[in-house]
Amino acid sequence: MYLGKVIGRVVATMKNDVLEGKKLLLVRRLPNGPAVVAIDAVGAGAGETVYVCRGREAAFAFKPQEVPTEATIVAIVDHIERTS
Amino acid sequence: MLLGRIIGTVVATRKDPRLEGKKLLICRPIDPDGKDEKGYIIAVDTVDAGYREHVLIVQGSSARMASGCKDTPVDAAIVGIVDEVSQD
Repeated sequence: MYLGKVIGRVVATMKNDVLEGKKLLLVRRLPNGPAVVAIDAVGAGAGETVYVCRGREAAFAFKPQEVPTEATIVAIVDHIERTS
Repeated sequence: MLLGRIIGTVVATRKDPRLEGKKLLICRPIDPDGKDEKGYIIAVDTVDAGYREHVLIVQGSSARMASGCKDTPVDAAIVGIVDEVSQD
């Protein structure tokens, strides 16, 4: 899992049936990583810092539905505390 | 999930029986601005995508969850045709 920033949206009319109604957001991995497309599970919006779950486990956010996703936004970050 | 652009097709006559009837497409990963990135991905098409279209690709074991790919030996699937990418 990693932190990301929502930098945009992706619109796709023709998509796999199981993706119907899912919001696709463009997320840049912080601090300077690549941009990936993630499905939003929590209602995140533009410019927000989010927590992205990757891999097979990303689909677990939508259980019991089986959604073909390898990146899901599972939390919106309020603040981060660092000790060092 | 990745954004990609379809650059070709793959034809394979002898293949796993569970791949029969599936269209294999060659995709070049692109960035949100539409510029090409390195490498290529062979992905199974689930949305009737075509040459030069911009698509959404799911990689890894999650690709099997796309409808039409259940229990198939697939690790990359095209799950959407991209109409628009808007950046804030």
